[in-house]
Amino acid sequence: MTTGSTIRPARAKAPRLNPGRAAARRDGFWPWLFVLPLLGGIGLFYLWPIIQTFYFSFTEWGVFGGNTFTGLDNYVRLFADSQLYSALGNTLLYTAIVLTGIPIAVYLASLLNTPGLRFASFYRVLFFLPYVAMPTAVAMVWRIIFNGDFGILNYVLSLVGIDGPYWTSTPGFAMLAVAIVGLWSSLGFSMIILAAGLKNIPPELYEAAELDGATPWRRFTSVTVPLLTPSIFFVLIITTISSFQLFDLLYALLGSSNPVLPKSMSLVYFFYSQGFVSNDKGYAAAIAMVIFLIIGVVTVLQFRFQKRWVNND
Amino acid sequence: MTDTLIEAAPTVSAPAAVAVRRRPARRGGSHVVAHIVLGGGGLLMAFPFVWQIIMSLSTNAEVQSVVPTFWPAELQWQNYADVFDRMPFLSQLNTSIWLTVIRVLAQIVLCTMAGYAFARMRFSGRAILLGITLSILMVPSQVYLISQYQIVQNFGWLDTLIGIVAPGLFSAFGTFLMRTAFLNMPLELEEAARLDGANPFQIFWKIMLPLARPSISVLAITTTLWSWNELLWPLVVSTYSETMPLSAGLATLVGDKNTDYPVMMAASLMAMAPVLILFIVLQRRVIDGLASSGLK
Repeated sequence: MTTGSTIRPARAKAPRLNPGRAAARRDGFWPWLFVLPLLGGIGLFYLWPIIQTFYFSFTEWGVFGGNTFTGLDNYVRLFADSQLYSALGNTLLYTAIVLTGIPIAVYLASLLNTPGLRFASFYRVLFFLPYVAMPTAVAMVWRIIFNGDFGILNYVLSLVGIDGPYWTSTPGFAMLAVAIVGLWSSLGFSMIILAAGLKNIPPELYEAAELDGATPWRRFTSVTVPLLTPSIFFVLIITTISSFQLFDLLYALLGSSNPVLPKSMSLVYFFYSQGFVSNDKGYAAAIAMVIFLIIGVVTVLQFRFQKRWVNND
Repeated sequence: MTDTLIEAAPTVSAPAAVAVRRRPARRGGSHVVAHIVLGGGGLLMAFPFVWQIIMSLSTNAEVQSVVPTFWPAELQWQNYADVFDRMPFLSQLNTSIWLTVIRVLAQIVLCTMAGYAFARMRFSGRAILLGITLSILMVPSQVYLISQYQIVQNFGWLDTLIGIVAPGLFSAFGTFLMRTAFLNMPLELEEAARLDGANPFQIFWKIMLPLARPSISVLAITTTLWSWNELLWPLVVSTYSETMPLSAGLATLVGDKNTDYPVMMAASLMAMAPVLILFIVLQRRVIDGLASSGLK
């Protein structure tokens, strides 16, 4: 707000200006009336907190409030903390499993876009339902489904001769259970985005492929998938970022007092337990900065890597 | 399957394009596969909800029988009434509703105004302020959570509705969404209104805002879903179950050892119901809106 020097000419960056008007008009106080309410809130509740958390990550919090600057201590402690690596490993495992939903979603979306398909909007609703449902509420029924003693999943498994595990209380299986629910709830979203992307593929291409005698499978792999890569990339980015934020499902599915938690934490759960259960807010701030860094690195890598496979023409 | 009649039309008129697009459907076989896969998958997706309904109407013993009870001997509607004894459901529902309504309204007002200014008005520092606002989109929420908690605590807002609502009144995503919407609108309308002597607020209010309705509904939908379902923030700022919204209330209910499963099923169904019903009623708008915005 104080950065504006009044002499700076309006940049040609403003979209679709009439050339003659470019540098002329300014809107006086009006713009400030429009942006200040939002900017005030953004500044107070987002910008300032980001700066503050960065500072907090170098401090230790006393029991009676007040914090002392301790330099890199939190980070040194964090990188020596095995829980960080276990939480990172769990989060990566969860993300990997949820990402297997993307190829499935591509296939389902292409089926959903079959021209003239009846009940298509009904199917859309069915697949999308888990995405809009409250995670903590659906986790309740998944707890029953996964229950080791009376869950229907283990019952079905027993019918085919498999002795199902105690899903939510065995390390490893607990994370697998959370990931299955994560996959279930994110599949519909990916499908909808991909189905929208499919609509943009010119039908002539299918026509041409068909004239060349391409089988439906061949048309899928040679026309649909390559032309869909921008949408697939978008879904990949969104799914990865949101998977790294895993918290609700884990918390609600495993329960906050589950003895399996120390071994099945996600990064965000690790953050939560340090910051708001153990009340070690300086340490939690360092965890938050590391989560930020990891997500940043993963996203940058994905953007780097996209040139190899995403068709941006 | 009925499309066999529309054989490849030679002209490239719009109906012909539709016909071409529909041609692969000639082989009826592909539809059968689609129905089997989508139908089967859809059943799997819906199963947890169906199971939840069945369990909510069973007795606790039926839920915990080793061989599943696929249909209760007698429908236990009482479970739904019991929810109100087991948890402060109504006050949590009340919190959830207000939390959602206030956030949606505030975001619509604040984000459309700021989005409009960022898209169409000229003022010094615009690019920088916009850049700063959008950069927040890249920061995961944990980074500001601790400090937001401090702020809310300093204001004495812990365990209050205003404390739960406050940070979510402001949205960088919503601003980005609305700015994009206004950028894509024709300039001519504004020009005409300006020549007629309308001030910027009148132009915004009478001309641009009505045009932005589709994007506003996307904003309303995403904010509703997020406010109703979000867990971490409400969990952090509320310690008493009376002041929590439903998402946090349900999650903290889980801790109990001797759980009354059917009542929990009934409670979680009732907690989800408002948003699910809204979704089913507005399904086309919700799905198309989210698909077009492509963002959560």
